[in-house]
Amino acid sequence: MSLAERHIPDRLTNPLQRALKSWEALLLVVAVTVFIINSLSSPYFLDAWNLSDATFNFTEKAMIAFAMALLIISGEIDLSVASIIALASTAMGAAVQFGAGTTEIVLIGLLVGLICGAFNGGLVTVLGLPSIVVTIGTMSLFRGISYIVLGDQAYGGYPRSFAFFGQGYVWWVISFEIVLFFVLAAAFWVLLHKTNFGRSVYAIGNNPTAALFSGIRVQRVKFILFMLTGLMAGVAAVCLTSRLGSTRPSIAVGWELEVVTMVVLGGINILGGSGSIPGVVIAAFVMGMVTFGFGLLNVPGIVMSIFIGLLLIGVIALPRLWSMFIARRG
Amino acid sequence: MVKQLTSARETILFAAILAILVLVTTRFPGFIAPGNLIDVFNDTSPLIILALGQMAVILTRCIDLSVAANLALTGMIVATLNSVNPDLPIVFIPILAVLIGAALGAINGILVWKLEIPPIVVTLGTMTIFRGIIFVISDGNWINAHEMSPAFTALPRAIFLGLPVLSWFAIVIMVASYVVITRTPLGRAFFAVGGNPHAAVYTGISIGKTQFAAFVLSGALAGLTGYLWVARYAVAYVDIAGGFELEVVAACVIGGISIAGGVGSVGGAILGAIFLGIVKNALPVVNISPFWQLAISGSAIIIAVAFNAQSSRTKGRVILKKAEHAT
Repeated sequence: MSLAERHIPDRLTNPLQRALKSWEALLLVVAVTVFIINSLSSPYFLDAWNLSDATFNFTEKAMIAFAMALLIISGEIDLSVASIIALASTAMGAAVQFGAGTTEIVLIGLLVGLICGAFNGGLVTVLGLPSIVVTIGTMSLFRGISYIVLGDQAYGGYPRSFAFFGQGYVWWVISFEIVLFFVLAAAFWVLLHKTNFGRSVYAIGNNPTAALFSGIRVQRVKFILFMLTGLMAGVAAVCLTSRLGSTRPSIAVGWELEVVTMVVLGGINILGGSGSIPGVVIAAFVMGMVTFGFGLLNVPGIVMSIFIGLLLIGVIALPRLWSMFIARRG
Repeated sequence: MVKQLTSARETILFAAILAILVLVTTRFPGFIAPGNLIDVFNDTSPLIILALGQMAVILTRCIDLSVAANLALTGMIVATLNSVNPDLPIVFIPILAVLIGAALGAINGILVWKLEIPPIVVTLGTMTIFRGIIFVISDGNWINAHEMSPAFTALPRAIFLGLPVLSWFAIVIMVASYVVITRTPLGRAFFAVGGNPHAAVYTGISIGKTQFAAFVLSGALAGLTGYLWVARYAVAYVDIAGGFELEVVAACVIGGISIAGGVGSVGGAILGAIFLGIVKNALPVVNISPFWQLAISGSAIIIAVAFNAQSSRTKGRVILKKAEHAT
């Protein structure tokens, strides 16, 4: 930590060695371990259909987590994602009441997500407000609108073809959602790791002032990231609504926490500036497998949430404890 | 002095509260009857107590999202204790609640202080952990009125000098917070750490310790509220006060406490809480569905934070003008 300890490398480390020591490699070991423990502890785990079902535990959350990862790398956060799902789902449900077809329903879901994201982004970038407070506010506001519209009612009656997004299978046990998950993972990997836009996201997260002076339109990039996060929440809303087949205002309550946990577990620095998409992909699998394993062992959902909370804190605490331990010894 | 008073955040908020009262009264004159206002204040008391604790945390540039879960967990623990051992003298219960709450707050504080984990992550995590622990303790069951001793549920509702004890708790804590925030080194430290952490370190204030103290304070108040809440409603279960942390943060933001730290006042936090309390109690009176509550507090947060940013901007300009005039 201190200056004296800082070590400036004079040669490139072996890429293979670096990859083996990376956070992603550690996560992969965890994922494999969880997989093995699960298959040993429950005879129902190693079944193609069960495993396929298990992926629904994380695919929708992971879609948001990809965009959230970029947002957190840039030094902002969006706690309103679960409420965006609620609002988008409510809008889709309302559209059904007006006789909208599947295409319109999906477009409305995506559009509402995009608008909500733009609203967050506008408040943060145009008015210069802190994203934590803004999105805590919109978290109440968006879900609040769903409650105003729906109250204690529910929307249903989605057309049969709409069910494909959450319940459809592309081939055998390969669901539409898992395919979408991998396509989006690839798209976000390219966006973050292979484009100028991605580099500017890292630059903003590390030093917004320096990024501004090097010609990056900081506010515009952040605005786009908020819109992207809203859009992905819209995509998740389409999948989730299609999977559940109904809309209640309490849909996806508490998801913001799980999405942020997934992002942090994936090795994204919560203070911004570093992290990778492959990390988030593996973290999604770890969380999905753990919840599925617990579910097979009849552990109630709320007890799993203890585990998720511990995971969120532990993932950040352990490396810090470790480096403190090393510093004290050295 | 007069100028300072008219431009102050508290005055504007006070005027807004009066405006709402007048507006509601035109529809329903009984709303401002003293008896009803006492009820509204009593109903808002938990929010006031929690907002004062949250204020200390926000002043030090942190945020405590675990207050509602802390409240629920402490409430469940004391209720369980009471149902298992009804002979435990009632005086110990609030003290115990404060201690349990403080211990839970200390967990947040330690993680922020020693491991320097961002407070939002810590309290988002402990929020779910605390709720989960309630489930483990209670096995998902409710503790109902008949399982609590009469003294346990009677205390917050007992009338003392015309006000329920719950309101008296809020009043005592309001006074105590005012003293701590404005008259003690700890209160100054909250402002110093939030206003300028580097300067605070150079004046010999430990940032971590101050933040730790703020979390313990917030936790202790949440614990106390936990007992008051459970006893007042005579029920304890996993989801009590669900989402209440947002209302607490909203009260602070509306009360002019800057989320960037270092700016705020006890009066602001109290008025922010009372504002939300009056809105909440006025909605059913003017025939607006309670489902509007969530959206209204959300909008209030956004408007308040936008207003905070705007007023701090104009304040900067005014200072410049003053300086120009002075030269």
